[in-house]
Amino acid sequence: MTSLLTIEGLTKAYPGVVANDDVTFAIAPGEVHALLGENGAGKSTLVKMIYGLVRPDAGQMTLHRQPFSPSKPSEARARGVAMVFQHFSLFEALSVAENVALGMEDPPPQRQLARRIRDVSEAYGLPLDPDRLVGDLSAGERQRVEIIRCLLQDPKLLIMDEPTSVLTPQEVEVLFKTLRTLAAEGTAILYISHKLDEIRTLCDGATVLRLGRVVGSCNPREKSASELAEMMVGSALKPPARDGAEPGEIVLDVTGLSVKSANPFGTSLKNIHFTVRAGEVLGIGGVAGNGQDELLAALSGEARAVPEAVKFQGRPVGHLGPNERRVLGILSAPEERLGHAAAPDMSLTENALLTGAIREGLTRGGFLRWDAAEDFARRIVKEFDVRTPGVSNVARALSGGNLQKFVIGREVLQRPDVLVVNQPTWGVDASAAAAIRQALLDLAARGTAVICISQDLDELMEISDRFAALNGGRLTARRPAKGLTVEEIGMMMGGAHDMEPPAQTAPEVRHVEA
Amino acid sequence: MLRLEKRPVPSRFWTIMTPVVAVVATMVAGGLLFAFLGKDPVAAIRTIFWDPIFSEFAWYYRAQLLVKAAPLILIALGLSLGFRAGIWNIGAEGQYIVGAITGAAVGLAFYPLDAWYIFPLMILAGALGGWAWAMIPALLKIRFGTNEILVSLMLVYVAEQLLAKMSLGLLKNPDGHGFPGSRNFQEYPSAHNVELIEGTGMHGGVLAGFIAVIAAYVLLNRHILGYQIRLTGQSARAARFAGVRPKLLVAFCLGTSGALAGLAGLFEVAGPAGQITIDFNVGYGFTAIIVAFLGRLHPVGILLAGLLMALTYVGGEIAQANLRLPAAAIQAFQGMLLFFLLGFDVLANYRIRPIKREVA
Repeated sequence: MTSLLTIEGLTKAYPGVVANDDVTFAIAPGEVHALLGENGAGKSTLVKMIYGLVRPDAGQMTLHRQPFSPSKPSEARARGVAMVFQHFSLFEALSVAENVALGMEDPPPQRQLARRIRDVSEAYGLPLDPDRLVGDLSAGERQRVEIIRCLLQDPKLLIMDEPTSVLTPQEVEVLFKTLRTLAAEGTAILYISHKLDEIRTLCDGATVLRLGRVVGSCNPREKSASELAEMMVGSALKPPARDGAEPGEIVLDVTGLSVKSANPFGTSLKNIHFTVRAGEVLGIGGVAGNGQDELLAALSGEARAVPEAVKFQGRPVGHLGPNERRVLGILSAPEERLGHAAAPDMSLTENALLTGAIREGLTRGGFLRWDAAEDFARRIVKEFDVRTPGVSNVARALSGGNLQKFVIGREVLQRPDVLVVNQPTWGVDASAAAAIRQALLDLAARGTAVICISQDLDELMEISDRFAALNGGRLTARRPAKGLTVEEIGMMMGGAHDMEPPAQTAPEVRHVEA
Repeated sequence: MLRLEKRPVPSRFWTIMTPVVAVVATMVAGGLLFAFLGKDPVAAIRTIFWDPIFSEFAWYYRAQLLVKAAPLILIALGLSLGFRAGIWNIGAEGQYIVGAITGAAVGLAFYPLDAWYIFPLMILAGALGGWAWAMIPALLKIRFGTNEILVSLMLVYVAEQLLAKMSLGLLKNPDGHGFPGSRNFQEYPSAHNVELIEGTGMHGGVLAGFIAVIAAYVLLNRHILGYQIRLTGQSARAARFAGVRPKLLVAFCLGTSGALAGLAGLFEVAGPAGQITIDFNVGYGFTAIIVAFLGRLHPVGILLAGLLMALTYVGGEIAQANLRLPAAAIQAFQGMLLFFLLGFDVLANYRIRPIKREVA
């Protein structure tokens, strides 16, 4: 078979880093081709060049044996290249059809468009009601909006950037079915991921990138996951080690916690129950937007509840604010690094003060002890291997992984009794992620109760003693993490939700439920 | 073609240079304005910027400089605290008026008693008056989520009505032969805000201004409250996470800026102005907004910006008198300063890059 897209010697350098170095590979029509690599391996830069968002410094591409060098995405789209981004560009206050129309060069009338959306969604098994507000949709449904937006252009090459990071296992199945249908019709799919099992079930070919270079290509079905991982990382990663200490007393006891979300499109917490023991790691899974942010806020003290809803060592604390809880030993690290866990334009020293002022004694009579704050920041940088020229650097100058190590380190070093983290390794490279997970396990081994909210199931299975899932603001019962199957996890995450045909998921249903 | 590109880190150079460039640009554009009005632009600019400090009557003007700068600096310092946290008190003019009224009222209530404690009590009353006036938008914002910009601004006009009422009624000089306005504090030593050093313009308000600069510097750089103010301005979400109580911060920032504006009003009414009159306020409360931004919301910057703005006031008056420039032209000139400052401010966070055609 002749190839649809060939890439030869693509190179792109940014100041200080070569994002892509002499990258060469080809995709055939109807092929599902995986682009595999760690964060920072150059996957994003490469697809941005194919999609016309970035111009290469050297090298050439051919599409249908014609030279292909798009200077903007609309040129790429005109040639039949479509892309579904990891982060959606949708307006929550508009309907599905309106959102789709916004992305089109020449949108048809709404009614006609709605019909086409229905047709395509039925043809490819992606249930979606064009009249619903995007704000009411789950992450999986939002992704369908993006996919259908692409399919309406009848693409020859569909690029998907980490599409499953927001999906439940069951939703992943639906997506894969759709992608296989597309491939059978001759559409080539460039599938970007670092999840090896997915790639092994879905893809026909794989190109592995490391530090901007192609380090191998293979048929992923013929390789084991660990072989692929070694190609990707360059060496075998050792999984975090932990000792199986018995959990101690119940430290945190949450009963009947209900908190209304401050955000109109947020998810309110409904009657949440759980307990965590000293030295235990409770993993909380769930698809994004099911109450993760709200749960963190309710535990950190940013959102208040009735006193009895949260008990710390038997003492009601639901009404206390963040600093009062810090005094007691309840610390937290939110998901959003810049603008929530850290202030972007403040130095690391100032960011060390952000949560460390009280427990580390960084103030005296209200006056700041800058030298002590600087020492604390230095200690975090040293013990958590944060790569930065110095602690006077501003937070937003750090890479995501380094800032995340700083944020987690800041809390861990304060010796919490309870630590709540949300997405601790989101967008962090594998070695930093391993370090963070190890730090959480070490903390638990020293007797801290750790609550890890995450959308990364592998992560949760790796570090959790017990597992529960958030779904629509409710928390399932906790189950021992050992021995849980993917199907069981999927069911816990509410895997069945959003899988019905569109007519049954009309907005009214949700309101009744709420 | 040119385009703006966000800098990874704000440029220190441009953060400091922006006010300087803005002043130069104001001189150029102002010069053009004066030229269109048929005046010699060089002479006009020299009159505004040079004469108050170096001409033969400079001994008088220099004192005026401090007198004009003191209320600007006091008010701008207070405003800058709120501005740093994203709390916008636009009504300092009203707080200035109310502070003057309450402070003057306390002084007049003791007339003609001669006692050392009268002036300190007036200072207290002035600060309290301004504080109370600013707490109106603060409480409305805290309780009902109203917009402090609108409420504080509207309260300026209420304060002006109050001022007119007071100078025609309650506070009117009983021995004033029916003329509007209160007794003159310059004739009541116990309540007079005297020059601390004869002939320098150095009155109590100037001293208070200098103290406030130091206090604001310490607050912002050495105290947890100043840290919380800066954190809130950067990211309200991070601030809440750090345990900042947004409502308390609103009350603190608005209250403090109101108190400082009230102090400025008291020192003005008991000193340079001398009495409560219908036209007592001359817009210090609004000009202080320019001063706050011109000084980059930094205490030392505000000190310098206040002096510079006072210079344009004093110089503007000389230009009006000597060159017959219309008052509106001087006001436009001062407005240009803010305009250019905000315009050039972009350079601190962005750089201008030519759009180059990339080679395929």
